[in-house]
Amino acid sequence: MSFHPEMRYESGLHVSQRQVRQEGEPFAFTPANRERLEQVAAHYPPEHRRSAVIPALYIVQEQQGHITASAIRHVAEVIGCTPAEVDDVVTYYAMFFREPVGKYVVQVCRTLSCALRGAERVTAELERTLGIKVGQTDPDGTFTLMEMECLGACDRAPVVMVNNDHWHECQSPEDAARLLEALKAEGEAALSGCHLKKEG
Amino acid sequence: MEPVLTSHVREPNGHTLGAYLARGGYEGLRKALGLAPGQVIDMVKASGLRGRGGAGFPAGLKWQFVPKDSPKPKYLCCNADESEPGTFKDHVLMERNPHLLFEGCLIACHAIGAKVAYIYIRGEFRHVMRVLEAEIEAARGAGYLGKDILGSGFDCEIFVHPGAGAYEAGEESALLESLEGKRAQPRLRPPFPAVVGLYGCPTIINNVETLCSVPLIMTKGPEWFASLGPEKNSGPKLYCISGHVEKPGVYEASMHVTMRELVYGFAGGIRGGRALKAIIPGGSSTPVILPDQIDAQASFDGLVKAGSMLGSAAIIVMDDTTCMVWAAENLLHFYRHESCGKCTPCREGTDWMLKILSRIERGEGSMRDIDLLSDVANNINGKTLCPFGDAAVAPVLSTIQHFRAEYEAHVREGRCTCPADWRVMAGH
Repeated sequence: MSFHPEMRYESGLHVSQRQVRQEGEPFAFTPANRERLEQVAAHYPPEHRRSAVIPALYIVQEQQGHITASAIRHVAEVIGCTPAEVDDVVTYYAMFFREPVGKYVVQVCRTLSCALRGAERVTAELERTLGIKVGQTDPDGTFTLMEMECLGACDRAPVVMVNNDHWHECQSPEDAARLLEALKAEGEAALSGCHLKKEG
Repeated sequence: MEPVLTSHVREPNGHTLGAYLARGGYEGLRKALGLAPGQVIDMVKASGLRGRGGAGFPAGLKWQFVPKDSPKPKYLCCNADESEPGTFKDHVLMERNPHLLFEGCLIACHAIGAKVAYIYIRGEFRHVMRVLEAEIEAARGAGYLGKDILGSGFDCEIFVHPGAGAYEAGEESALLESLEGKRAQPRLRPPFPAVVGLYGCPTIINNVETLCSVPLIMTKGPEWFASLGPEKNSGPKLYCISGHVEKPGVYEASMHVTMRELVYGFAGGIRGGRALKAIIPGGSSTPVILPDQIDAQASFDGLVKAGSMLGSAAIIVMDDTTCMVWAAENLLHFYRHESCGKCTPCREGTDWMLKILSRIERGEGSMRDIDLLSDVANNINGKTLCPFGDAAVAPVLSTIQHFRAEYEAHVREGRCTCPADWRVMAGH
């Protein structure tokens, strides 16, 4: 509870937002992915394999799109720590998805430098085009729309990042809408070569 | 000043090992390996190099804190988390001049006695990681990494470690936690990381730009480095200019440069010839300065004199269409999202500050809310384990200080008084 006389908590605010995690399909790394993980884990002293938790979770996400309870237990077993320790990491970092997401996760940077250049309007246009709100996935599972905090591309604002990787810079609302069209029509080919296209 | 850190960043393939060697690369390493570690540290100290990550702590002094007689392994961590809103300088250095960073890491490892360096890079820089990993392989193939580097008997490895979206991971002790595979939350100090850092071993954490300055000190000498800037503000500096300017970008200058030269010279002035309203001079964690401070020197000490900080040299420029209550609300949204949750004043306080700011921005606030906001901010300031708390209150307290009339107008008129045409709510 709040002890400040002026600030009473509203009802429901302190209900835990944490939900029972999706159990998901039984998960195991493919042999190739397991090999990749072992190569990364070799960067750390053997007694500190836990350092490879973040790289391991990225590989989970590449393999099945989001992180399930089953995957967390598998990562814990492979790394040699407890599932709670892995869960701790999954729930902390913004780039890990705990729910199924669309084929393309479209994130609009909303922090000041992008906002000063019209990021709010980019988000509004994407919401309008997709018919969904920020945080939602469209009905056929193609696009998930999210906002993100400063991406560090402030000189090329506003910036949109797709699938935690591909940056599309200097986006007007119209550019961003065209990007969605291109992704629908051409698939991942529409993602290539966008970073630093506008050379300053 | 002729650019030295960014002189080759526009060259096609300028990031490759061949191109780097062609412009005299790895000569600084060769020189450093011929010197005793103590001599390298002395040179860095003599150069006056101050950390480029935000705090401006003398780099050579930091290196000296590593206990020489410790039997434990020592580590170097390069802080490439670059998450401070408005900052995008390390990105350019890593993507376009990665070997300069590797060379700086190797010299630092030699100086502190480390055999492993981790480059902790934010997870969103996937394309930069690909460049770094490819160039690390190239450097290893050519004998600049691995065993017995350049025949000196010095062994060293550099590994890239990805973050996963956490501003707090840029704080040095939180970075170590994250590197150990935990939540990025700060540690209580002392002990400082130079004594008890990564895996409980002595560890030095330096920003990318800091490490990139080190090879220059080796090749051109500490006197040259010190002569570039004003006293105690030596060396070349990268400035990130974004917001309402004609030409946003990364610009290299000595710290003699003024805010006016940066904003109106390098960045081409305010977009559309409009009037300047306020500048955030060193990333969102630094207090805003007003147009009357535009002639302040953009150095560590010059901006302290102007009532702010150089921070990460991330200059966010706002023109006269900007609503300052909205700007503060935008930044508080960032801080509430990124608060790591360890210290109560910051975890709870950022949430409350955002609520109050949103209320005022929507036109639903009262005059008492403005004082309440200051009160909450002052109860966070200086009461947290890491500087995040102080950072989160800087935009709130400085906008109330300079733009209180705007806050009051929001309350009085029951709406945002200046919704600009680049915002969604314009015309509503």
